[in-house]
Amino acid sequence: MTEKLRAEGIRKSYGTHEVLRGVSLTAGAGDVISLIGSSGSGKSTLLRCLNLLERPDAGRILLEGEALALARQRDGRLGAADPKQLRRMRARLSMVFQDFCLWSHMTILHNLTEAPRQVLGKSRAEAEDLARRTLAKVGLPETVLNRHPGQLSGGQQQRVAIARALCMEPEVMLFDEPTSALDPERVAEVLKVMQALAEEGRTMIVVTHEMGFARHASTRVVFLEEGRIGAEGPPEDIFTRTENPRLQRFLAGRLQP
Amino acid sequence: MVVQFASTILAAAGLTLLLAIGALVLASALGLALAGARLSGRRWLAGLAVAFTFVIRGIPDLVMMLLAFYSLPALINQLLERAGIDLYVDFSPFAAGTVTLGILFSAYMSETFRSALGNIPAGQIEAAQALGLHPLRIFLRITLPQMALLALPGFTNNWLVLVKATALVSLIGLQDVMFRAKAAAEATGQPFTYYLVAAGFYLLVTLGSTWALARLGRRLDPARTGARA
Ligand SMILES: Nc1ncnc2c1ncn2[C@@H]1O[C@H](COP(=O)(O)OP(=O)(O)O)[C@@H](O)[C@H]1O
Ligand SMILES: [Mg+2]
Repeated sequence: MTEKLRAEGIRKSYGTHEVLRGVSLTAGAGDVISLIGSSGSGKSTLLRCLNLLERPDAGRILLEGEALALARQRDGRLGAADPKQLRRMRARLSMVFQDFCLWSHMTILHNLTEAPRQVLGKSRAEAEDLARRTLAKVGLPETVLNRHPGQLSGGQQQRVAIARALCMEPEVMLFDEPTSALDPERVAEVLKVMQALAEEGRTMIVVTHEMGFARHASTRVVFLEEGRIGAEGPPEDIFTRTENPRLQRFLAGRLQP
Repeated sequence: MVVQFASTILAAAGLTLLLAIGALVLASALGLALAGARLSGRRWLAGLAVAFTFVIRGIPDLVMMLLAFYSLPALINQLLERAGIDLYVDFSPFAAGTVTLGILFSAYMSETFRSALGNIPAGQIEAAQALGLHPLRIFLRITLPQMALLALPGFTNNWLVLVKATALVSLIGLQDVMFRAKAAAEATGQPFTYYLVAAGFYLLVTLGSTWALARLGRRLDPARTGARA
């Protein structure tokens, strides 16, 4: 299996609080990794270190074997040594956020075409065609193209955000609790889209509290506890055969709410 | 006669507006730079901007105007003379007025822009970074338009105060609406009539611009409802 994204020994502290204590993670092509763990265990921080939205204190990040060049900055954190390389790598690692983060002043069409045109250098016609096809893929009608994000429901906005990430034709997709900000009746429509992406063989790293998704859609589950990987393995092992007492407790709390 | 004097007053409308717009452009550019300096994360740059804003806001408009028109050229000329340079500097009331008002209002504009920049949802910037967009593109496509929308109410307010503040420039001899109203009032002994004409002019400008800027605000507002996230 070809390796897509690899992180090695990621460390990050806020003040004296060590949030990540040396986490390593590898996603092969077609892997769908669910990152689970209680709130505050460092899931978002880890995900955000992967595309350098957070600068780690130590560690390495490699995309298809190419190491992201890091340089120690004045505050002691590791930043990109080459901003161009960082932008190139970010373009191949698109991210979906908990609260959508669509550009509220732009139409849905422009939300979808902005990065493909500016970053990938696609022509307007190409980018618009791609936007239409991708929108259909996330189950939204073309009529939303000239609307603004504020005119859509949360579930629709998150599906647009997924479409925006997909329009970059990324190698790896990062999701940070994509359904946590949604009304309960809107969660299913977003999970369905993500399930379909997983089945397509896309490489995904998903921070989630949706145990159903973790169990049935992912190829591997990683349990983060206090900044370390507490357990990892195929979903069946994690959900039925774990011997880690903290994971057992976490799952018990999640599965029978 | 009333019509004649009134039309002399209103003939200066263009001059007053030009002064106000010139000062607005200067104030906006400088205000944006000051806001940028304060948010730059460089201590000395931020400190400089804070000090500048503080000093500007601490001096009355009129005092600044007189300093710029009378004291500054005098100081420069004295220095030139002492340096043995044969040059005499003199500011026109229009230039002195535009620059003074521009600098004065840059302090207010910088506050408006700074708070607008601070209120842009951070996630929207992060989303753009995460897709690999270039920082300049992010500034132009995301930051600036979002800031414009958030800054519009404060900007409108600053503009209204600025328009009225242009009347001060008549005190250094610019023949603007205010200057001519005063002249007409003195020549005819009918201060009430001619100051009313001037008042009507300023009111008309503020009404017109309030309307235009509110319209712009509705055009900029994405959902025309106030979208979130
Ligand atoms: N910018 C920050 N400054 C200080 N502490 C932070 C910051 N971001 C996260 N943390 C802390 O790091 C820990 C992990 O946060 P996070 O990665 O968001 O956890 P999770 O996503 O698993 O809930 C938490 O204790 C949180 O308070
Ligand atoms: Mg989180």
